[in-house]
Amino acid sequence: MAGYVIRRVLIMLLLLLLLSFTVFVLFSLLPADVARLTCGKICTPETIEANRIRLGLDKSVIEQYWIFLQGVVMGRTYGQGPGAIVCNAPCLGYSFTRQEPVLKLILERLPATLFLAMGAFVLFLIGGVALGVYSALRRGRWQDKTVMGISLVGYSLPSFFIGLVVVYFIIIRWQLLPFPSYVNPWVDPLQFVQTMILPWLVLAVLYAAFYTRLTRSQMLETLNDDYIRTARAKGLPERVVIRKHALRAGLTPIVTAAGLDFAGLLGGAIILETIFSLPGLGSLAVSAVLSPDLPILVGVTLVTASFVIVANLVVDLLYAVIDPRVRLA
Amino acid sequence: MSAFLEVKDLHVSFPTGDGVVRAVDGLSFRVDKGRTLAIVGESGSGKSVTAQAVLGLLNRNFADITGQVWLDGQDLIAMSDDQVRELRGEAMAMIFQDPMSSLHPFYRIGDQLMEAVRTHHKVSKQEARERAIDALKQVGIPAPERRVDDYPHQLSGGMRQRVMIAMALINSPQLLVADEPTTALDVTVQAQITELMLKLQAETGTTLIIITHDLGVVADMADEVTVMYAGRAVEMGSTDDIYYRPEMPYTLGLLASVPRLDSDLNERLDPIPGNPPSLINLPPGCVFNPRCTFKDEVPGNRCTTERPELLASSAGHLVRCHLDAAQRVAAREAST
Amino acid sequence: MIEATDRVEVLRVEDLRVYFPVKSRGVFPRTVGQIKAVDGVSLSVGQGETLGLVGESGCGKSTTGRAILRLINPTGGHVVINGTEVAGMSRRQLRPVRKQAQMIFQDPYNALNPRHTVGSIIGAPYKIQQIDPPGGARTAVREIMERVGLNPEHVNRYPNEFSGGQRQRIGIARAIALRPKLIICDEPVSALDVSIQAQIINLLQDLQQDFNVSYLFIAHDLAVVRQIAHRVAVMYLGHIVETAPRSVLYSEPMHPYTNALLSAVPIPDPRKQSERERILLGGDLPSPINPPSGCVFHTRCFIAQDRCRTEVPQMRTMAPGHEVACHFPITEPLKGGVIHGPDPGLTAPVPGEPGYWSETVTDLGGVGTSRLDSANSTDEGV
Repeated sequence: MAGYVIRRVLIMLLLLLLLSFTVFVLFSLLPADVARLTCGKICTPETIEANRIRLGLDKSVIEQYWIFLQGVVMGRTYGQGPGAIVCNAPCLGYSFTRQEPVLKLILERLPATLFLAMGAFVLFLIGGVALGVYSALRRGRWQDKTVMGISLVGYSLPSFFIGLVVVYFIIIRWQLLPFPSYVNPWVDPLQFVQTMILPWLVLAVLYAAFYTRLTRSQMLETLNDDYIRTARAKGLPERVVIRKHALRAGLTPIVTAAGLDFAGLLGGAIILETIFSLPGLGSLAVSAVLSPDLPILVGVTLVTASFVIVANLVVDLLYAVIDPRVRLA
Repeated sequence: MSAFLEVKDLHVSFPTGDGVVRAVDGLSFRVDKGRTLAIVGESGSGKSVTAQAVLGLLNRNFADITGQVWLDGQDLIAMSDDQVRELRGEAMAMIFQDPMSSLHPFYRIGDQLMEAVRTHHKVSKQEARERAIDALKQVGIPAPERRVDDYPHQLSGGMRQRVMIAMALINSPQLLVADEPTTALDVTVQAQITELMLKLQAETGTTLIIITHDLGVVADMADEVTVMYAGRAVEMGSTDDIYYRPEMPYTLGLLASVPRLDSDLNERLDPIPGNPPSLINLPPGCVFNPRCTFKDEVPGNRCTTERPELLASSAGHLVRCHLDAAQRVAAREAST
Repeated sequence: MIEATDRVEVLRVEDLRVYFPVKSRGVFPRTVGQIKAVDGVSLSVGQGETLGLVGESGCGKSTTGRAILRLINPTGGHVVINGTEVAGMSRRQLRPVRKQAQMIFQDPYNALNPRHTVGSIIGAPYKIQQIDPPGGARTAVREIMERVGLNPEHVNRYPNEFSGGQRQRIGIARAIALRPKLIICDEPVSALDVSIQAQIINLLQDLQQDFNVSYLFIAHDLAVVRQIAHRVAVMYLGHIVETAPRSVLYSEPMHPYTNALLSAVPIPDPRKQSERERILLGGDLPSPINPPSGCVFHTRCFIAQDRCRTEVPQMRTMAPGHEVACHFPITEPLKGGVIHGPDPGLTAPVPGEPGYWSETVTDLGGVGTSRLDSANSTDEGV
């Protein structure tokens, strides 16, 4: 088991390196001239050229990547002399438009995204799984068909549609909730909840649909397995059979999907963050695209992709926790 | 001696999109305490469904069950699901065919055994664990104190079947139903398991019902035999009756089509012609008639129009067939 | 009776070995061992003859069958089909050989591509081998269907419209389409009901009579093999332990394992059963990754002695046609009653294997059965 973990961690580090290199190269291939875009207020050809040298853009892509990597580990200084900008380790780049290290910007925006992801995760997982089990147990009957029908609708509606509809009716028309205005939960818990409740629910509805269907099909499969028959033959109450035996056996793909979905959500639910004015990573990315602010884009891409890679590893390890046959392999 | 288990006129049918599947169509049998009954049949005979109906394992939402199943004075069909559930795993237990898939792959075998104990008895975990180890010892698993913490995939098929038997017997049930317990096992392992089951039965006095298609296993284990075809019992009697004095053409056909180690080397098998019937569209009259080679001996085409009753040929030997006694004896002579 | 002098050999296997590597699960996987699924098997099948290959799960009989037809690649040894050495051939070279050697599989529900009609399944061999039978492929297909007991009117139906026994007949029809000299039958009746089993066994015997085809009949059911085989070879843990003509093997078996195997098969006769001698082997099959030293059977053998632990017994001819690999072959009838073999305990799986090894071996041996069968029924190398 230890060997398995070590091997996976090493592969993960390799993947992160590969990822960062790919991102870096892709962005360097963009036709935008970074030197021109970030040269400040007055851009003469000389200042652009000076900027180019300051940013290290006169070097080859490989060299630039190497400097970037060093920056991540040790910090980086752009330019020399009195105008030099210091970016402390880990340096994921520097936004010249906003005059801030990228990492700082990301960390400022992370809480909103994190809370959005966590809240939605809990709701969609518990709701989706519960509905899926309910549906599986009433297979073929009207309850099953209704749940599957609703989940299909939820699955297919685009997020902006649900988001806008919800905002219109609940906030504007019926005025059940105030306009969303994000604060961290420790600042004003009530306002935090009032702001987050709608995006949580919208996300939950969108994602739960998938988990309802997944759980339902998993349950239908495991309920047909022979060990379920054994459990019933032992005289176990049906709810124990369902929870301890059937659900547990079918958990693995649900856990895998949930882990990856959570990681994806950490990348920022761009549309919903915009609709509900949440200062998260998603809206940061959007504004970086619009500026355009390449260093932020590179940083955000790296961070969110890393979340997914790490989540992949965590999910695989969870796999081994759930299924003992994997452990001993 | 009154019967320990008595099934009276059991009917089990499953409504499906294609029609009603009559899996068990009027079955009655009895087993005395401490005896072994074998229910023999091929796929579609209804033998497994019968076993599951007795133990209350069929979902009443999907299956229509009528009739009576008297276990030691109580009618299991009339009882509520919860009442039957209390008896299940305690007074009556069942083991299944495929040991590779019958144990939950994620839980240790000790935990699964303990679960069987603690569902029916309020004992501490420690006590339950001791009973689990004891049960493993009883079924011949060496080093049970260590094996109790193993996962199912760490055991061979034969060992897993022993664990299944241990799990069934851990609460000392009075009735054990074994559904094809050795079919999925190698023949040398089958011999071990058969010996184990007979030994345990002798020690505990449990009443045993074996469901199987293997006439060799039946000869080894059973005191009484019920032969089923398309949901009905077509012949019932002691093991000697069935093997030495069979009378129903299906039984004759089965015995003639089974390859055996003691047959004449140059003798060909005599298969039963045709295929098993659809349980949705059962043939009228005797359900075996489309494949019966003797039906022309019955005057007036009765086999295709009239369903034969289960009648006694001799004490304890019942046959469901329109042929009269002399014709049946002749049929038997012709078969062997 | 096949005379020794004019016996034409349709299949000869010499020292066949099939080893599967076991990889460790460390940081960098290495090959740490081998599953010796087939470890030096030699056999021969004459024209029009049936050789039964029997053994319990994990003995390597299925793997042997597949290796002969190159559905799995042998690790070593010789396979000669109709005079042609096939063990080293490329796939292209094998194609004409496949005309002469075919296979019937165990699971009638998985062996046929559910998307092909029966007619195209049976007719596929003609297409693949580019043979135009006299009268055309369609006529030939209908003829074969009738021959195997199927209604030729059903030529355009799909496999799921047939029962298990009928599907097995479809598989047989496909195998016999090109009139091969050899058909390897891998547990062809074990998934069938008793009454249908008998029909299929009789069909196979009839086809052998009509077309003079040879069978390598692989099965675990000794009673079934006794019906159909002329000679029988018994396998244990990758080795053949005894080969003999049918009558001799069943009445005077010499190898202790064969004795144990036969005593374990129940006879449908209550009196005989209660009077029979029983040999009960203890423990489980040892792991093929770590087989016992010397004679692989010695750990469970009821007459094992020191020599059995150290020296591998060679196949010896004890009587015409009767070969045994044992240091102390049984020549006198055993004393009767119940004989217990030693109990070497349970075998724990070796680290590095995915759990119960027997599944692994059968899995690897039967790797992607349906896949291989679908490959057979498409244009992929029948």
